[in-house]
Amino acid sequence: MNDLNEIVSQAKTAFAASTTLAALDQAKARFLGKGGLITEQMKGLGAMSPEARKEAGVRINQAKTEVEELLRMRREAIQAEALEAQLRQEALDVTLPGRGGGVGGLHPVTRTLQRIERLFASIGFDIAEGPEIETDFYNFTALNIPEDHPARAMHDTFYLDNGQLLRTHTSPVQVRYMQGHPPPLRIIAPGRVYRCDSDVTHTPMFHQVEGLWVDETVSFADLKGVLADFMARFFEREQLPVRFRASFFPFTEPSAEMDIGCVICEGAGCRVCSQTGWLEVLGCGMVHPKVFAHVGIDAERWQGFAFGLGVERLAMLRYGVDDLRLFFENDIRFLRQFA
Amino acid sequence: MQFSERWLRSLVQSDKSMQDLGHALTMAGLELEALQPAAPAFEGVVVAEILAAERHPDADRLQVCKVRTGAGAPLTIVCGAPNARVGLKTACALVGARLPELEIRRTKVRGVESAGMLCSAKELGIAGEAAGILELPANAPVGASLRDYLHLDDQLVTLKLTPNRGDCLSLTGIAREVAALTGAALTPVDCSAVPATRSDTYPVSIEAADACPIYCGRVLRGLDTAARTPAWMVERLQRCGLRLIHPVVDVTNYVLLELGQPMHAFDLARLQGPVRARMARADESLALLNEQTIRLSEDCLVIADDSGPLALAGIMGGAASGVSAASQDIFLEAAHFAPAAITGRARRYGLATDSSYRFERGVDPRLPRLAMERATRLILDICGGEAGEIREAGPGVPPRAPIAFRPARARRLLGVEIPDEEMQGIFNRLGMDCVSVGETWRVQPPSWRFDLELEVDLIEEVARLRGYEHIPAATPRAAHQLLPASERIRTESELKNQFAAMGYQEIVTYSFISSEQQSDFDIDNRQISLQNPIAAQMGVMRGSLMPGLVQTLRHNLNHGQERLRVFELGRCFLGTDADSQPIRLAGLAYGATWPEQWAAPRRWVDFFDVKADVEALFRPARAQFRAATHPALHPGQSARVWMDGQPVGWIGCLHPRLAQKYGFARSPMLFELECSALSPRLVPRYRGISRYPAVRRDIAVVVDAGQEVGDVLEGVRAALPSTVTEFELFDMYQGEGVDPGKKSLAFRMLLQHTEKTLTDSEIEVAVSQVLAFLSERFNAALRG
Repeated sequence: MNDLNEIVSQAKTAFAASTTLAALDQAKARFLGKGGLITEQMKGLGAMSPEARKEAGVRINQAKTEVEELLRMRREAIQAEALEAQLRQEALDVTLPGRGGGVGGLHPVTRTLQRIERLFASIGFDIAEGPEIETDFYNFTALNIPEDHPARAMHDTFYLDNGQLLRTHTSPVQVRYMQGHPPPLRIIAPGRVYRCDSDVTHTPMFHQVEGLWVDETVSFADLKGVLADFMARFFEREQLPVRFRASFFPFTEPSAEMDIGCVICEGAGCRVCSQTGWLEVLGCGMVHPKVFAHVGIDAERWQGFAFGLGVERLAMLRYGVDDLRLFFENDIRFLRQFA
Repeated sequence: MQFSERWLRSLVQSDKSMQDLGHALTMAGLELEALQPAAPAFEGVVVAEILAAERHPDADRLQVCKVRTGAGAPLTIVCGAPNARVGLKTACALVGARLPELEIRRTKVRGVESAGMLCSAKELGIAGEAAGILELPANAPVGASLRDYLHLDDQLVTLKLTPNRGDCLSLTGIAREVAALTGAALTPVDCSAVPATRSDTYPVSIEAADACPIYCGRVLRGLDTAARTPAWMVERLQRCGLRLIHPVVDVTNYVLLELGQPMHAFDLARLQGPVRARMARADESLALLNEQTIRLSEDCLVIADDSGPLALAGIMGGAASGVSAASQDIFLEAAHFAPAAITGRARRYGLATDSSYRFERGVDPRLPRLAMERATRLILDICGGEAGEIREAGPGVPPRAPIAFRPARARRLLGVEIPDEEMQGIFNRLGMDCVSVGETWRVQPPSWRFDLELEVDLIEEVARLRGYEHIPAATPRAAHQLLPASERIRTESELKNQFAAMGYQEIVTYSFISSEQQSDFDIDNRQISLQNPIAAQMGVMRGSLMPGLVQTLRHNLNHGQERLRVFELGRCFLGTDADSQPIRLAGLAYGATWPEQWAAPRRWVDFFDVKADVEALFRPARAQFRAATHPALHPGQSARVWMDGQPVGWIGCLHPRLAQKYGFARSPMLFELECSALSPRLVPRYRGISRYPAVRRDIAVVVDAGQEVGDVLEGVRAALPSTVTEFELFDMYQGEGVDPGKKSLAFRMLLQHTEKTLTDSEIEVAVSQVLAFLSERFNAALRG
């Protein structure tokens, strides 16, 4: 009787002393193995009377169950400790930097262009393109700027030896597109343009987006609506003040310059807006009937508006860039800021 | 166009501030560019007379002056100006006066009490420099405020005028515009006839009537050579930015500013025979007033006499026939030159004059006679003398036809309901008569508005005078149709986004490069040169994007970068027609494969790193790479990229010669691809996924060391048994265990059937087929 209690007590001690699964298995053999203490007790049953055997059997089985339970608990404890130790050992300094390749990004002009394209695409404007080496016809004549017209002096044109030129605006794309597509039509034409001018506020190459919407009733009022909407969306300001001033472009009439309330000083007056509170952001107007005539569109039936905006200008205002020349220096420290 | 506010206000009566007028003009297309005070703020300065001037007892350069300032006893003022002298009327700042840079206090100068200061124009801030104190005319009223006397409470107004508004290149023109915009009343300039007091005329003959339809000439004799331009005119001319030249020339300049009519004065004594307006002859030349001698061409209109050309008509007079200080008798010209006869000529000779600027834009043909009368009166007033009869030659300018105008058309184009009466009112304010004939009106454009020709020109006037701000913004209504969005095309934006996601930074470089860069990088060395480049190193249109990439690398290495991945998408110029300006995408990789970081191996980027990027761009299509030489690339590390049998680009390592030239420690990797080849994209076509297990077999073969692996892969792939679904290289080895002159290639094959599990024997048959093909085609032996 006492033997059994003693055995269970011994097993408890032995299991507790085992710190590995292997040691536990050895300890297990001492009690439950072939020559183990419990097993030995079982062997003693054969010599007992049936009543005593029955009673002793029950007690031995009880003891065996107890030892097995002790064993199971110890095994689980050892496994739990081992896992705990493994996890402790595998713990990382999660604050170490992540590993991997470099980060690329888009040029701020592209980023701005993509926004412009998306906004206009949302009201059905398609994208058109044209060559950058242009002919005098597409860049000037077809846009109602005849040779020696004073308006040509407004364009500091780069000429090639053969008399062709680098387009001074994206407006020639209007003409090329209208030659190939009958109205109604709705396009924007982004791209590089060139002016023979280089100082703090001018680079000899920059980007414009030309826009054109021709239909039967598209009016000057619509021009105002679309462009005011565009600027508000572009700068994400619902209440962006805008104004349209009369101006002159040979290929539109009526023509207008569009100003927005200065987004830097909110109209209070600052260096960027020359203390006026207004920023000139684009030129626009109703397509001139002479331009329609050059491309064979009936100006009595069709009418529409065109505009041209400077992409760098919008990018500078949107992102607070204060030096135009940064766009073409391609200093990675500048470009990365737009990734 | 710069002018004085006071002068403008003498011609138009408005109670609005100049700021408000400027705003109205700006909104109407005459942009107010600058508004500056004619003089800085100062107070307490009066007209004074020097009564006595004695040398300062203790200073050689100072004088002690007694000065009368009107009120009270004369003041004692110490003055250092050499021109301070008895009798001089000058400006005196009284004690307590505030000048732009100082406040006047009673003081002692070297022991002598001084109660004020005699001022120079510089000290008052009305001139940049001055030799001494201000010298005022003898009749200047002593004690008067200097500001009032010199009209210094004036503003200099600068308007930015568009080329269509030549009619606003005069004070009268701007006054007319102000009146039309604000309803203010005009005070016209007095151009009444000045009766001739002599019968003198000078013969004029028009030989180019189209170019010179009106020519007014007048002889003025007996001018006083001692006459000086009066102060009031000096003030106005200077505030418009003009220099003083000679009283007669000053008057013609004054009339030009006042009315907008350019005039010219000849010295009558220098003329020989009749004055002719004719086209120049090819062999003629002319020495101009600016001392430049030009060779004339036959499309230049000249004013000539028997001796030859006297003036380049409407642009600049000749040096020999102009008025001089000694001229007593003059011949005055006021003519109308057609814009077509003037435009472009001045620019051709590098000239830009007030006269040509106006004639190019169109001058009111009614002006020559009026300007002649106005100038005559002014010259006689200033210089004395007598005037002859005006001699007017030429057929004149035919009256302009009225413009047909449909109010309904204006409403449709502008998108706003403007009543007929409002439009009529606008035309009337602009000086245009308007006759209504049913739905179409006949509107008479004024003689000064050369820009009004078509109906749309009038529609613009309606919008402008109504005010653009009174045309409400609208939301356009149009048929809604989905735009096509082809899945078979990658847009430029998509390509850029994809490449940026691969770790490359987009750059934008100038499309023009140096001739030398073009020679270095353009495979055909085309030189499409600019006639007028900004700088010599920006003189040639790029035939490749590589120079810009290399330049960008140079810039960034100079600024401390060690690793760079950049790309540009843009046009290159192979020719000048629209089809020879392809859009390309090019990239550059320099430095380690990865940015420097902890626990990552450092390895320099090589050909195959960049090749993987290029392959990824084309995916799912597969480009081919064939060894080829390019002038800018390492001959052993460069390839032409092919797609569908077409060469579509280059990839390679910058030629070490160029790497050295551009100062790179190691050669960057470069590639340049045609966007037209990158943009097509296959629309996916689904194929069933096999439910049966795939089996991998690796094989290693030995081939000649010179055998291109690309050929092997392509060859085998084209001949694969249908059960082999994948055939890839996973190792290449040369060295111990492989004969010199040979290399070992290890391939991974995946075998799979769509409808059953492959048996061992089927697998063996497929592998043997591949091995046999390798052996037969590439002389490849199974590696033992």
